[in-house]
Amino acid sequence: MRSEAAPQSLALGRDHYRALVLRRQLILVALVLALLLSLCIDLALGPARFSLGEVVAAILNPDAVSQQARVIVWEIRMPVALMAMVVGASLSIAGAEMQTILSNPLASPFTLGISAGASFGAALALAFGVAIVPSAIDYIVPINAFIMAMLTAFFIHALSLKRGVTVETIVLLGIAMVFIFNSLMALIQFFASQQAVAAVVFWTMGSLTKATWPKLWISLAVLAMVVPLLARHGWALTAMRLGDSKAESMGVNPRRLRLEVLVLVSLLAAIAVAFVGTIGFIGLVGPHIARLLLGEDQRFFLPGSALCGALILSIGSVLSKVILPGTIIPIGIITSLVGIPFFLFLVLNHKKASW
Amino acid sequence: MVTLQLDRLSAGYGRRQILTEVSTPRFEGGQVVALLGPNAAGKSTLFRRIFGLLKGGGEARIDGATTARPVAYMPQDTGVNAILTVYESVLLARMQGRRLNVQPEDLAEVEQALDELGIASLSERDIGDLSGGQRQLLSAAQALVQRPEILLLDEPTSALDLNRQISLLSILRRLAREREMLIMIALHDLGHALRFTDKAMVLENGRLIACGPTAEVVTPELVRDVYRVTARIEPCSQGQPQLIVEAAV
Repeated sequence: MRSEAAPQSLALGRDHYRALVLRRQLILVALVLALLLSLCIDLALGPARFSLGEVVAAILNPDAVSQQARVIVWEIRMPVALMAMVVGASLSIAGAEMQTILSNPLASPFTLGISAGASFGAALALAFGVAIVPSAIDYIVPINAFIMAMLTAFFIHALSLKRGVTVETIVLLGIAMVFIFNSLMALIQFFASQQAVAAVVFWTMGSLTKATWPKLWISLAVLAMVVPLLARHGWALTAMRLGDSKAESMGVNPRRLRLEVLVLVSLLAAIAVAFVGTIGFIGLVGPHIARLLLGEDQRFFLPGSALCGALILSIGSVLSKVILPGTIIPIGIITSLVGIPFFLFLVLNHKKASW
Repeated sequence: MVTLQLDRLSAGYGRRQILTEVSTPRFEGGQVVALLGPNAAGKSTLFRRIFGLLKGGGEARIDGATTARPVAYMPQDTGVNAILTVYESVLLARMQGRRLNVQPEDLAEVEQALDELGIASLSERDIGDLSGGQRQLLSAAQALVQRPEILLLDEPTSALDLNRQISLLSILRRLAREREMLIMIALHDLGHALRFTDKAMVLENGRLIACGPTAEVVTPELVRDVYRVTARIEPCSQGQPQLIVEAAV
């Protein structure tokens, strides 16, 4: 079947592939630059406004700016701005790999019940002061949220190990978990005081304002630990998108990989949700945007998902300050309101069918 | 040279036994072996068992292999859509178990596999845009790019037009000879088996009922007993045996 023009089309194949790789590398660089810009803008905005030049000076040479600017930029705004990026990246990676291993475009920390579990854990602490494990007062809410998120994840893993459980079943189980936790949340709100209900509702909207340096370091450490472990499986994860039987024929063990990755990304999502509350949208949309921009080769898709998630949440953080001057709107609301129309635009304008 | 011998090979799913003690003589690199049998005879199960995806009794003994992963397997399933080009999806098959960075020799290997199967011109197409036949050729390329010493192909011609069926089988036969590769092909077309394969093994209800040189195995009696059709086998004007099917029994 060798075609007569073979040598020519062979060279074209490689040239095209090289061009594809180069284009993706450039897109990744562009995303990094956009992220840096968004970070600077995020740092500049707030009750005290700085110019971008002042922000850059405060970052690069803190001793050269006034003490007030230094404190505001480094102590108050930096943890929040960086938290937006780390949480965005974590949720987006979690969603990307859930979609990959479950072959389902709807999979995300939210649809698998992990966010709902976290909300339930947080609500227990906020409404009744229940600490699932004894912990420092500042950390009862996030630790409760984290434990419930991980318990949910392990419950789903345990069920998914049963014979005959398919990826579709796993997604169904996740959605069942969402409904169970929603009912439990309603029950808590029914019995809790009005003040506690308000606290629970605010928590579930998702907010970056409670970010502190220690919380940031914890989230960043988990992200830095999980990403290399996922990257190690880059080729196998890409193969998973062709379906189990194709992946198997390439030497991948889909069940084992699915389990390992599910544990890793649950950890990532649980940490993120525990600290900032439910920001459901990122885990769904970050990976879809990355997929449209970069394709599904994990060498580009994984960092691309992280960058897209970080960028969306960072832009969300900026918008949450500028829409109503003087008020910081909970970021979960912003990302959904602004992000979903953008997302619909992308999906409807994309001609290639991938699912 | 690589050899493969099945020794009382069994396999099943759960309690359901599919393959029962399949034993064959030793097959050698350079040979093309047809795996024949009606639907649900256990052909795919045999491939999955040899490839190591299923556990069970007996052994598929491979000797003389020079690489750590000598066997490649092309399943019937040609995979679902993803945003990957043809080129990328062949590279993906090549890179499994390797490092993340791609070397020039990996690209050369991809291009050779695409070229062998005549789909180099499709390199930059998205796999979602391919026809059924093109997907099947892509699937074959994904198996070939792994440089197997033993290649298991599960009905590789089922979606191909007549021209491409003949081309693919001729290419496989040439590659088997050139690379001293042992190729096992599950086929439904007995005419193709007679023309393109050296040996044939026939499964029925998970048991091996015939095995040997294809011309000796594929007989009117076997066709009647296993496939339940009456047929004649006659030499064509060029002396090649032809199967002429008459009627279902």
